[in-house]
Amino acid sequence: MDKIKFATVWLAGCSGCHMSFLDLDEWLIELAQFVEVVYSPVGCDLKHYPDNVDVCLVEGGIANEDNLELILQVRRQTKILISFGDCAVTANVPAMRNMLGGAEPVLKRAYLELGDTSPQLPYAPGIVPELLDRVLPVHEVVPVDIYMPGCPPPADRIRATIEPLLHGEMPAMVGRDMIKFG
Amino acid sequence: MDLTELLDVGEAHRAAQKATRVHCCTSTGCRAASAMEVFKNLKTAVQDAGLEAEVEVVGVGCMGFCGRGPLVQIDPQQALYEEVKPEEATSIIDTLQGGTTPALKGDLQHPFFARQVKIVRQHSGKVDPESIEDYISVGGYRSLYKAIYEMSPGEVVDEIIASGIRGRGGGGYPTGLKWATVAKMPGDQKYVICNGDEGDPGAFMDRSVLESDPHLVLEGMAIAGYAIGANHGFIYVRAEYPLAIQRLQKAIQQAKKYGLLGSQIFDSPFDFKVDIRIGAGAFVCGEETALIQSIQGGRGNPIPRPPYPAQSGLWQCPTLINNVETLANISTIIREGGAWYASIGTDKSKGTKIFALTGKIRNNGLIEVPMGITLREIVEEMGGGVPDGEVKAVQTGGPSGGCIPASLLDTPVDYDSLVAIGSMMGSGGMVVMDQDTNMVEVAQFYMEFCRGETCGKCVPCRTGTVQLYALLTKLLKRQATQADLAKLESLCHMVQETSLCGLGISAPNPILSTLRYFNEEYQELLQPPAYLNGKVGHGQVTVSQ
Amino acid sequence: MSVKTLKINGVDIAIEEGATVLQAARQAGVPIPTLCHLDGVHDVGACRLCLVEVSGTRKLLPACVTEVAEGMEVQTNTPKLQEYRRMTVELLFSEGNHVCSVCVANGNCELQDVAIQVGMDHSRFTYRFPDRAVDISHPQFGIDHNRCILCTRCVRVCDEIEGAHVWDVAQRGAACYIVSGLNQPWGEVDACTSCGKCVDACPTGAIFRKGSTTGEKERDRAKLDFLVTAREKHEWTR
Ligand SMILES: Cc1cc2nc3c(=O)[nH]c(=O)nc-3n(C[C@H](O)[C@H](O)[C@H](O)COP(=O)(O)O)c2cc1C
Ligand code: SF4
Ligand code: SF4
Ligand code: SF4
Ligand code: FES
Repeated sequence: MDKIKFATVWLAGCSGCHMSFLDLDEWLIELAQFVEVVYSPVGCDLKHYPDNVDVCLVEGGIANEDNLELILQVRRQTKILISFGDCAVTANVPAMRNMLGGAEPVLKRAYLELGDTSPQLPYAPGIVPELLDRVLPVHEVVPVDIYMPGCPPPADRIRATIEPLLHGEMPAMVGRDMIKFG
Repeated sequence: MDLTELLDVGEAHRAAQKATRVHCCTSTGCRAASAMEVFKNLKTAVQDAGLEAEVEVVGVGCMGFCGRGPLVQIDPQQALYEEVKPEEATSIIDTLQGGTTPALKGDLQHPFFARQVKIVRQHSGKVDPESIEDYISVGGYRSLYKAIYEMSPGEVVDEIIASGIRGRGGGGYPTGLKWATVAKMPGDQKYVICNGDEGDPGAFMDRSVLESDPHLVLEGMAIAGYAIGANHGFIYVRAEYPLAIQRLQKAIQQAKKYGLLGSQIFDSPFDFKVDIRIGAGAFVCGEETALIQSIQGGRGNPIPRPPYPAQSGLWQCPTLINNVETLANISTIIREGGAWYASIGTDKSKGTKIFALTGKIRNNGLIEVPMGITLREIVEEMGGGVPDGEVKAVQTGGPSGGCIPASLLDTPVDYDSLVAIGSMMGSGGMVVMDQDTNMVEVAQFYMEFCRGETCGKCVPCRTGTVQLYALLTKLLKRQATQADLAKLESLCHMVQETSLCGLGISAPNPILSTLRYFNEEYQELLQPPAYLNGKVGHGQVTVSQ
Repeated sequence: MSVKTLKINGVDIAIEEGATVLQAARQAGVPIPTLCHLDGVHDVGACRLCLVEVSGTRKLLPACVTEVAEGMEVQTNTPKLQEYRRMTVELLFSEGNHVCSVCVANGNCELQDVAIQVGMDHSRFTYRFPDRAVDISHPQFGIDHNRCILCTRCVRVCDEIEGAHVWDVAQRGAACYIVSGLNQPWGEVDACTSCGKCVDACPTGAIFRKGSTTGEKERDRAKLDFLVTAREKHEWTR
């Protein structure tokens, strides 16, 4: 049997969802029998998001130009895109900057008003990606196939979401165990 | 006061009138075009010409052709002047002695005037709204006398039922049925409310009635009070209508002085007093339950019905609430009889309706037309069509109504036909749009209005209108996809079906009607989703599941 | 007292005249989601979550303010109702700033519960990220408007049970917010007796006790029930 091409990506999130993924502990070994990890900050070392990925867990919202570029690529090259965790589903904590109304006031607040020594705005084109004006949940940028809320989603929820996919079925995202936010 | 005295007042007033009356509109529309100066100059001109003995200048209410104000009409000569400039006053008076005037002569035979049937506006532009004697001299308060002395309350209600009149405030609920319900409700204390909140953008029918003929409305309210057993009425006028409020105040005082309002009207046991309440400055305060809250001194929020105001309204008492125009029909119905009224209009929509005809149209202003007239007759014959262009759509019903495409101009104007084509009669706004109009922008305009005017009580209206507006804006910025358009439509249905009051329920109508008749304008704005790199058409990625 | 019989989702129910459809459904164990309803204070029919279908009318009726009638046939969970409820909850989430992971009510929030009940796994409506205030001027309590869903339960409980009327709604539409006193900081409102009933009444993490952090909000709903029973039935039992 061909292995499922599996990826995880980390956008604007705290990496907690990925930590929770690692919490799957020994089930990860079982998972490894079904999937080939083709891209993941915690699962392999490949630097380019490949074509024809079957399943991708996306942690985090879309906060900067890099996030945007990657998510568009992910969507084009992935069959099943899973919004993984509250930051992907709602933009969550990173989006609390949206209340300030744009990238500029956020940068000024963080780097000028709150800068202790030598306050200055970061400027490194090509190295530090530009912030988008607002942090967006993934589905406001590209279509999403499965939503897995949680901050972070507990390991059991991650397993209950992925496991049916391994058998060609869609998970039932219902009930407190599967869709409670926070 | 008894009938002879009433007739005497009218007789004496008529006898004192001069042979020639120069009517100058002094209502809000013409005032904005310096009518008060024209009025003053006309008076001086009559003095200067030494004509005071046979000519009088009378400040009157709206004559209808507001787009061409200030208007002056000389009677009995029936000479109409439009867009009169203050400096033309002298020459207009000169015409009475064979002189000529450069003032623009109006044509009373034009379909704009000739096709009108005036019931509500019968005295408008003819009587001085600040003179009760003027009103009495044209038969005013006769119907109230007739109701009190010649009819039982039940007979009055029956007459209104027989007339077939339906509410002019937008909903079109049968007025007679409403009166009968309130009349039948147990309880000693009942109220009559006249709804003069008129919040639709572009609508000014009720303002014009109140400014031009306030006694007609007061008489209607008193007859309603007699019919349903109420001794107290409130007239709720929006605060933005200072002239209407001022004239109403004056009218109430005058009527009280003559014993036509207050206690023992016409020396009968019937008491009826009227108080004015000034609107709280919100469109939603025109909704009947919100209006009642507002009169009670509370926040103008709608409350769920039932109970309907007829059962439990003002201070939990049975309350009759009718629109200004509805009540302005009552006196005539009592005078001429329900059967006479029912002979005008169509099978299910009786009588006349006033429209504020505006937009891209040659002749704009207020018109009173019989129900059943077609939109085409109004727009093309009376309105004179679009100046150098063609009609694209007609909007009726304001923010609660819809856009009717030119292809349906032969639709008769009645409650049911308009609803059937996705619009509504509404309170009487009628905006004509030409080929240059972007219909998605029109929808956005009305949604912006609703978004700003929702009271915020219920979720679908408070936040649904914001999302609908955002989706329309996204479309107009050419950032929306097919999926957004689908979302727009399903949210329209949700807001329509789940909102608490009429504001939310009807707020999606401008979108739904433009989606129905001008769908291609929405389609043209769509973009392929960004992740497709613009390479593919309006499709979705196919997701293997 | 006369009794009315009706059908909810096909099941026969008998209940006293004057009861609401919501009461009948609860008696029959049929779940209907609610947010603005609070036992003991008058109903306003504002959240629209409890809408049901009743045969004979095309209008959807709010169960909390619709009285039962003889022979009524009620459907509480048709596909249309399910869809509209979910949209309603999505609209609520998109309207405020709900960051559950750092919220005092996380895990004990009726808005979260309803989201689960209606199966909302994401909001299809754009989040609006409004700029809203937090007022912690009161010595014991705080109000975070970011989480307020404008259900007016605090307004009614304070007015109708405590009799203090500290709260009301200011502005209209999207600008609406719960206002204390004469638009004063809560801590400066003399009418407030610091009884804490609004904390117990608030379904979300908007009104909270100071000193409680993420996921620590507790509500003593039994206290409200006790007061209402005592007042209405003169039974002083917990
Ligand atoms: C949002 C909203 C605004 C309304 N505004 C008015 C208004 O300005 N004037 C009015 O007469 N009716 C208005 N209505 C209709 C009233 O609720 C009520 O139906 C009407 O006054 C009844 O009088 P009628 O039967 O004579 O039409 C409004 C309704 C809604 C839902
Ligand atoms: S529909 Fe709109 S205006 Fe009516 S109660 Fe709801 S929020 Fe208020
Ligand atoms: S109030 Fe409820 S829904 Fe809102 S952030 Fe707090 S826990 Fe989440
Ligand atoms: S503060 Fe709480 S109880 Fe009050 S309206 Fe907001 S959500 Fe409802
Ligand atoms: S519980 Fe009935 S409308 Fe909110």
